Amino acid sequence: MTQVPPSPSHGPVLAIRGLRTEFRSGRNWYPAVRGLDLTLNRNETLAVVGESGSGKSVTALSILRLLPEGGARIAAGNIELDGKDLLTLSERDMDRVRGDRIGMVFQEPMTALNPTMRIGDQVEEALRIHRGLDRAAARREALALLEEVKLPSAAQRMHEYPHQFSGGMRQRVVIAMALACRPQVLLADEPTTALDVTIQAQVLSLLDELKRTYGMSMMIITHNLGVVALIADRVAVMYAGQVVEEAPVRSLFAMPRHPYTEALLRATPRVDEDAGTLAPIPGQVPSIRAMPPGCAYAPRCPLRRPPCETEVPPLQADGDRLLRCWVRNNERIAA
Amino acid sequence: MSAPTVQDAGGHDGLEVLNLRKEYRSTGLFGRTRRTVRAVDGVDFHVPPGGSLGLVGESGCGKSTAARCILRLAEADSGSIRYEGLDVRAARGPALRMLRRRVQMVFQDPYSTLNPKRTIGQTLEEPLHVHGIASGRAAREAARALLGEVGLGTDAMERLPSEFSGGQRQRIGIARALILGPSLLIADEPVSALDVSVQAQILRLLDELRERRGLSFLFVSHDLGVVRHICDAVAVMYLGGIVERGPVREVFDAPLHPYTKILRAASPVPDPAARVTMMRIEGEIPSAAAPPPGCAFHARCPAAFARCSQERPLLREVVPGRAVACHLFP
Repeated sequence: MTQVPPSPSHGPVLAIRGLRTEFRSGRNWYPAVRGLDLTLNRNETLAVVGESGSGKSVTALSILRLLPEGGARIAAGNIELDGKDLLTLSERDMDRVRGDRIGMVFQEPMTALNPTMRIGDQVEEALRIHRGLDRAAARREALALLEEVKLPSAAQRMHEYPHQFSGGMRQRVVIAMALACRPQVLLADEPTTALDVTIQAQVLSLLDELKRTYGMSMMIITHNLGVVALIADRVAVMYAGQVVEEAPVRSLFAMPRHPYTEALLRATPRVDEDAGTLAPIPGQVPSIRAMPPGCAYAPRCPLRRPPCETEVPPLQADGDRLLRCWVRNNERIAA
Repeated sequence: MSAPTVQDAGGHDGLEVLNLRKEYRSTGLFGRTRRTVRAVDGVDFHVPPGGSLGLVGESGCGKSTAARCILRLAEADSGSIRYEGLDVRAARGPALRMLRRRVQMVFQDPYSTLNPKRTIGQTLEEPLHVHGIASGRAAREAARALLGEVGLGTDAMERLPSEFSGGQRQRIGIARALILGPSLLIADEPVSALDVSVQAQILRLLDELRERRGLSFLFVSHDLGVVRHICDAVAVMYLGGIVERGPVREVFDAPLHPYTKILRAASPVPDPAARVTMMRIEGEIPSAAAPPPGCAFHARCPAAFARCSQERPLLREVVPGRAVACHLFP
């Protein structure tokens, strides 16, 4: 396997600033992502965690510019990969970024695989298109990649079709294809959600290992706090289209500061803890068409005070983290 | 909580399943049997009145098939299923109707099981009509009361399933399961399609209902965390068989079977400090169409020895209240 030379530039590999992504409903546009700031540092695994409607997958689609045409638009902000704004690229240049520089792994591997093509041919095709290898070289490299993602008996199985593979093995193939171009960034949206837990553990440790060998940065999008704890270096918690708390993984779990993060942890049934600790969060995530005027979490928040319901709290630095909460940020200032 | 455990009654109370087997055959092009999948291959368990048993395992382990056999949504090939003294497999006519009142099901995706063109009121009242329990105003009253009990307003009566969120639909699914006043609820992954915050709401509701109505639960799930919070006992399945059974806390805090240990270690917990316990897990689950000889788990088992590939271990009690099917525990 060839090592990628370290990138000459410094600073974050991916920087999202003020991203606002809107969806159309009737004649109106409603924001699903509302002024998102997020950075991915080199060699880092950033987990973006949130429930349905948090905007985490819309963020991924915005980065890749794969939003449904006509129904969605990026209304503001920029997304810089190595200092270059992806939103200003032509569709052709963007096509090369996808796959070449940002590898993608989604929840359902079958959507990324061609059911009528042999596994080996699909990986080869990626290598020929994106890396310009000839047939023989592509074949050798495809086998090396499939072995690297630990596909058992890769030399034989590369001649099989996707339907002959289990879900876990398909996801390995998709990962091999994502690696084919030695991307700087691997963007994984719920990569293990459709898999059984023992297979999930295998795929997560594979991703972690590959990230290290390839010197990649990884953004993993998930709803599962257990997955976050297993693989992330840093975590951004999203709620209703915004980051509400961002922190190194250990600090976040040891001392969640945002009331939503705290509540999410208490609502997660743990296999290592007894019942009685489980606390549901009342109410539900607001609809993008009926966003509360102040803090989006205020209607469900036990700590809410008058300003929370009228003014949107800013994302402010708080020690090693960023926090979007009037009450908790003021507690710190008062203390 | 001193709820009864799985093992403490050998009588005719509650649900008793003995040596349950169910095979599926797929036929080839010319009608010949191509392969046989032993979905459930000799399973025993017991859910006492008011008890709750979790049936856990990964895809293809047979947990849902076992549940479907109890509900007679699939017909078992052999074995015995008794509920409240009634022979479930032999039940016909009035006995089967009685069984349908006593045993009800909650599904993973309530939306796919609700008729999109009928109001919630109609959906809830229908079973009362079918079973001749109530009609007209009495049926409406029963439906309204139940909506309140599952945490929905009575205005839900006139609305359609599409007007509700996932969590609300699951509340409707639970209300429909309860309308005939069952004593046993069989729930197949009832919260796995829901967001964490809503999932906890539904788990709490199920817990309250169980307490208030004295329900028994058979809870099918792949999520060990969920099972720990809702069940007092658990049976872990692998390729059609139970490999370990016992009180939920003991099994998850100190698993005995090598597969339970792996399943437990692979179940992520929201704690980065637990990362170190993430062990190397080898291999995939073999197909139930071609189960390995001997212990079904031996090919993936880090502790396997010669006997494991030759002889299938039986489920036997190794410490009081805990049973394991493994040659490491003779």
